[in-house]
Amino acid sequence: MTAAVQGLPAAAAAPEVVVDVRGVHYGFGRRAIFAGLDIQARRGRITAIMGPSGTGKTTLLRLITGQVAPREGTVSVFGEDVAAMPQRELFALRRRMGMLFQNGALLTDLSVFENVAFPLREHARLPESLLRNIVLTKLHAVGLRGAANLMPAELSGGMARRVALARAIVMDPEILIYDEPFVGLDPISMGMIVRLIRRMNEALGITSIVVSHDVEELGAIAHESYLLSQGKVVASGTPAELRASNLEVVRQFMEGIADGPVPFHYPAPDYVAQLLDGSAR
Amino acid sequence: MSVAGAAADGLLVGALRRIGAVAVFFFRILAQCLPALGRPRVVVHQVYNAGARSLIIIMLCGLFVGMVLGLQGHDLLARFGSEDALGVAAALGLLKELGPVVGALLFAGRAGTALTSEIGLMKATDQLTAMEIMAVDPVRLVVAPRFIGGLVALPLLVAIFNVVGLFGAQLVGVQVMGVDAGAFWSQMQAAVELDDVAEGIIKSVVFGAACSLVAVYEGFHAAPTAEGVGLATTRTVVTSSVLTLLLDYMLTAAFL
Repeated sequence: MTAAVQGLPAAAAAPEVVVDVRGVHYGFGRRAIFAGLDIQARRGRITAIMGPSGTGKTTLLRLITGQVAPREGTVSVFGEDVAAMPQRELFALRRRMGMLFQNGALLTDLSVFENVAFPLREHARLPESLLRNIVLTKLHAVGLRGAANLMPAELSGGMARRVALARAIVMDPEILIYDEPFVGLDPISMGMIVRLIRRMNEALGITSIVVSHDVEELGAIAHESYLLSQGKVVASGTPAELRASNLEVVRQFMEGIADGPVPFHYPAPDYVAQLLDGSAR
Repeated sequence: MSVAGAAADGLLVGALRRIGAVAVFFFRILAQCLPALGRPRVVVHQVYNAGARSLIIIMLCGLFVGMVLGLQGHDLLARFGSEDALGVAAALGLLKELGPVVGALLFAGRAGTALTSEIGLMKATDQLTAMEIMAVDPVRLVVAPRFIGGLVALPLLVAIFNVVGLFGAQLVGVQVMGVDAGAFWSQMQAAVELDDVAEGIIKSVVFGAACSLVAVYEGFHAAPTAEGVGLATTRTVVTSSVLTLLLDYMLTAAFL
């Protein structure tokens, strides 16, 4: 069923788990963000992580890339515990990962070409001609070979994100992480990004993790989806399975209902009592 | 314990924690200085940023400080009938105190704030995080070259400040107030020792390190918002200025 829906060849066994989040607890101060989170991303698949704003989706990415350590539980990538790694090994691991930031996070003092070349210059000693060809190939893949000499300030939001994508894949990563790739884009740019994510995954076999709340776009590309709410996974499965779910919280999210398990009103004292009581604010 | 006592304790702990954090950051930078020097072009660019771009303000202020020294020095020395010592007074005042201190204060306002806001904005736009994700240490690539740039630039700026200041003192003292030019220069030459020059150089190096460290620390630890970067920039000026004057007293006491 799962494979048929996605049009994949039916595999005998599911591919191995590359990113494994198990029983993770995390929070800032007393505010708990995750209370027992379990997520698995499999090799060569697109895993979508969805949830209302403020459910810690970006924090999850920081846990996976080892920028922060969980209070409890483990995050392992390629079978190794990220939080227990010394910095040298963590950096070695990160060279196998690419990440697309919400706003692109291009280095503002470098041109588009140099931005894409940046990881290569830092990590690989390549002859200039080879480096140039690699960078132009990646820029061509995102359709911006002609923009190589522009500065980041001259790019539109969608273009900046495509340049950032070219930079994220320039080291040929095995895992590619997208942080809210669809936010703030016009429909054309959005379509381009959707197509690029799918193509990166199909052509290069990159394991992709997409954090977003755009149900429509994710439904078109994700193999597996997790829906987060209040620090836990409340539902998982293919986008079709989520859409067919009877769980109220899942329906609220998938259909965009304003009030439900996720309340419309922020917790507040009783409305009438507050209006009548002049003293309190 | 009284409430005030507890609050004072909290302040003390906070201050100690901050000093500790700055010290740890300082050692992180030191460890990356050698790798950073492996890219001389980046470092030279930062010397240019912190140094050449502060030249005009440094020279302008140096001129005015020197001119004021000429006036006040002349007024003071004339009371003892020793106007000829104006050259010595101006030279020692500039070399030992005014050059390094005023230079460092101007540097904190011009170059320090630029460093803080630049690094703070890089942080606010995720550029520093992006580097970390690309397995590049931002302390090596962003912070260390800027720290070295400030460290190199301030002593050079102070030297220029002193020269322009002496010119200003000469302009007012000799040309306007009528001190004898020969006495002005020869007494200066006879009285200023190498130790006096060294004191000024050491001070300017220490101030350069302190101001640059404060600037990069505040930028690197700024809250990643527009407001956070603004606050960090203000803190850079305040902390650098207080630190410069405090260190100046300690160094002067050590030299005398």
